[in-house]
Amino acid sequence: MATYVQIDPTQKLDPFKAVKKIPLEEYFTSGHRTCQGCESALVMKMMAKAAGPRTIVLGSTGCMYVANTTYYSTSWVLPWMHTQLGSSGSAALGASAALKVLMRKGKMKQEPINVIAFCGDGGGADMGVGAISATLTHPDYNCLILMYDNESYANTDIQLSGSTPWGANTTFSTPGKVKRIMHRRWKKNMAGMMAAGHPTCRYVATVCMSYGLAAMNSMRKALAIGGPTFIHSLDPCPKGWDYDPYISHELGELAVNTGIWPLYEVEDGVLKLTGRTQQIAAKKIQRQPVRDYLLRQGRFAHFTNDDIDYFQSKIDEMWEKWLVPGVIPFRTDVEADAPPSS
Amino acid sequence: MAVATVIEEQKDKLDKTALITGSEAIAVACQLADVDVITAYPIRPYDTVMQYVCKLVANGEMDCEYIVAEGEHSQFEIVKHASACGARVFCGSSGVGWMYAMEALTVTPALRIPMIAMVGNRALDDPGAFGVEHNDALAVRDLGWQLVWVDNAQEALDTALIAYRVAEDRRIFLPLAISCDGAFLTHSQALVKIPSQEKVNEFLPQYNRGDLLLHPDNPITVAPQGNEDWVMEIRRQNYAAMERSPGVIREAYADFERIFGRSYGNPFFEEYMTDDADIVLMGMGTLSISVKVAIREMRKQGKRVGFVRMRWFRPFAAEELSKSLQRFAAVGVIDRDYSFGSPYAGGVLAGEVRHALYPGPGKKPPVVGFICGLGGREVTVPDVQKMAEAVYNAADGKKQPLTQWIGLRE
Ligand SMILES: Cc1ncc(C[n+]2csc(CCOP(=O)(O)OP(=O)(O)O)c2C)c(N)n1
Ligand code: SF4
Ligand SMILES: [Mg+2]
Repeated sequence: MATYVQIDPTQKLDPFKAVKKIPLEEYFTSGHRTCQGCESALVMKMMAKAAGPRTIVLGSTGCMYVANTTYYSTSWVLPWMHTQLGSSGSAALGASAALKVLMRKGKMKQEPINVIAFCGDGGGADMGVGAISATLTHPDYNCLILMYDNESYANTDIQLSGSTPWGANTTFSTPGKVKRIMHRRWKKNMAGMMAAGHPTCRYVATVCMSYGLAAMNSMRKALAIGGPTFIHSLDPCPKGWDYDPYISHELGELAVNTGIWPLYEVEDGVLKLTGRTQQIAAKKIQRQPVRDYLLRQGRFAHFTNDDIDYFQSKIDEMWEKWLVPGVIPFRTDVEADAPPSS
Repeated sequence: MAVATVIEEQKDKLDKTALITGSEAIAVACQLADVDVITAYPIRPYDTVMQYVCKLVANGEMDCEYIVAEGEHSQFEIVKHASACGARVFCGSSGVGWMYAMEALTVTPALRIPMIAMVGNRALDDPGAFGVEHNDALAVRDLGWQLVWVDNAQEALDTALIAYRVAEDRRIFLPLAISCDGAFLTHSQALVKIPSQEKVNEFLPQYNRGDLLLHPDNPITVAPQGNEDWVMEIRRQNYAAMERSPGVIREAYADFERIFGRSYGNPFFEEYMTDDADIVLMGMGTLSISVKVAIREMRKQGKRVGFVRMRWFRPFAAEELSKSLQRFAAVGVIDRDYSFGSPYAGGVLAGEVRHALYPGPGKKPPVVGFICGLGGREVTVPDVQKMAEAVYNAADGKKQPLTQWIGLRE
């Protein structure tokens, strides 16, 4: 069969079989200044480990730039370059295109090199969504775009983004005397949108670092499969979510177990729910009430019981009414949305 | 040996002549320069260059990654990262497209990315207009971009080759934009000498990013947070690179003349009939054509008018220019741009010329500014004659506004 796609070879990155098989070498080390309990920093560390030394990383503005790369104390062992807030898609494309053409013309030694561009939810789901979308339509370029989602513009002092959950208290949605719920938008379904909207993109996945091994293997698959790929990671953020740093890991688990954060991968168009999410969907385990998750975090401390019920009803909908539960919000019937008065 | 075989074998060594537009001339330069990554996005008039590049790629005459971006911001960000990874890059835009890319344009100089861009100069919205104005390219004049204006297709091709040579010189590593007036240059054809590949290879070394290359063999961290600790020193490095630029430009033009046998004289500005001139007009881009015609007309009536066409706006050859302008009784600067609220409400070039003259030694001729040809309006021969009259009045010390709008419908 004739093919119009010219993909260069990628690295062979088999899944790590067990935690003990993960290499000890670090490619994201000391020197960063993230908060205690910062899950996004953990994503960086594990991402670098999963990709290995023959990797170029490009990072858009945000906590993972500002806190990680103070001049003269970079934490990156890998080659790393800052990219503008909305440019992770373009950064990945540009670097990948350069490697491809330089190797083809013999101007650079032939070798598969991983290209990863990461962005926050602000940089990815808001400002950079157009560029990411464009890159996912370019089948010829090997690159991974990783969106670390701490559910706010964290670096600029926790402002709401298109990825902030409904009702959360941020510095742009502080509850006041008259209005309790200042943020009335539902979180964007970024991974689902990327998977559904880009039919030739070979791999889209959601991950959470509370399930580190699975997340790393997902990254390895995304890098090895060829073409542009996308991973969306949900990262508890003690500062933005307002909780004690020691429960970061537990909050990630709660996000999955409440069904708020479904884990899945879409590989060559085939959807596979993974981890605890798979068990939830198969009704092997019950979803935990969202209350258990929401009330552990200061950003939801102003919620009334009605607010919590509404949140719960939206998550129930996601599992019971969506045509592809947890992934694609199409329905068969029209349903009225009735949020509590704010 | 058959003649055809000889020609085939000699192909790389032969110059050719072709009837092509300014945009096409730049596309040919990209081909000769073996550019690696090119990004396109549609906006008139610059986009014609990308249409030509597309054909070259489709016909197998050029090997590059030709990427159609989803907006100008991405267009410039893609080549920025490609350049950081060692690729020779080309990009471009016009009018609001150039402004849409502004963030990407801003960061490029400090990253020391020798990106070459073509600006097909176009009026900014609103109201919509396809015609030429220079405010688009001028928007980056303070940021570390080298800016050059050309006025014909041959000069466009030659300057594009020179641009790569200058920008990719390790002493410089700054981006460079070549301004081509929309329609008047981008879309008009002229006979252009296309140099042989062999000569181009002799003139233009490969891009070598050196110790700034982003590659696993050179695991550097590019553009970490600098803040008050280091940003000032980094700005100073940009400043120093721009200060070195005139010297490197001179070297490049000298080598260009040696290898291609074509000379541009003073690289920074062209002087036309200035040897015996009483007064001169100044300007950038294709308005030179009607100015030169008008000067020939006026000279028939005994008016000794000359013309100075600025090529390089950044770096700005202030000392050389002020030395040259001292020879004249008065100077008229034609701006195809505006700078509302600026000193004497003048255009950008007029302000720069006054600035250049102020600290210069010797006599300072009076400077009259003209705003003319906005939105692509033609600069006519009578317009030029009117401007020359005003400059003569300035030479005679007559009182008049320091900035005059010419060709304006009252
Ligand atoms: C074009 C642009 N607008 C605004 C900013 C200011 N800014 C810097 S970091 C940041 C937050 C980015 O949020 P996100 O992408 O979610 O990353 P996080 O800080 O949460 O890690 C913003 C808005 C910027 N750097 N660039
Ligand atoms: S604010 Fe959140 S994302 Fe930023 S460093 Fe702190 S914990 Fe990490
Ligand atoms: Mg964020």
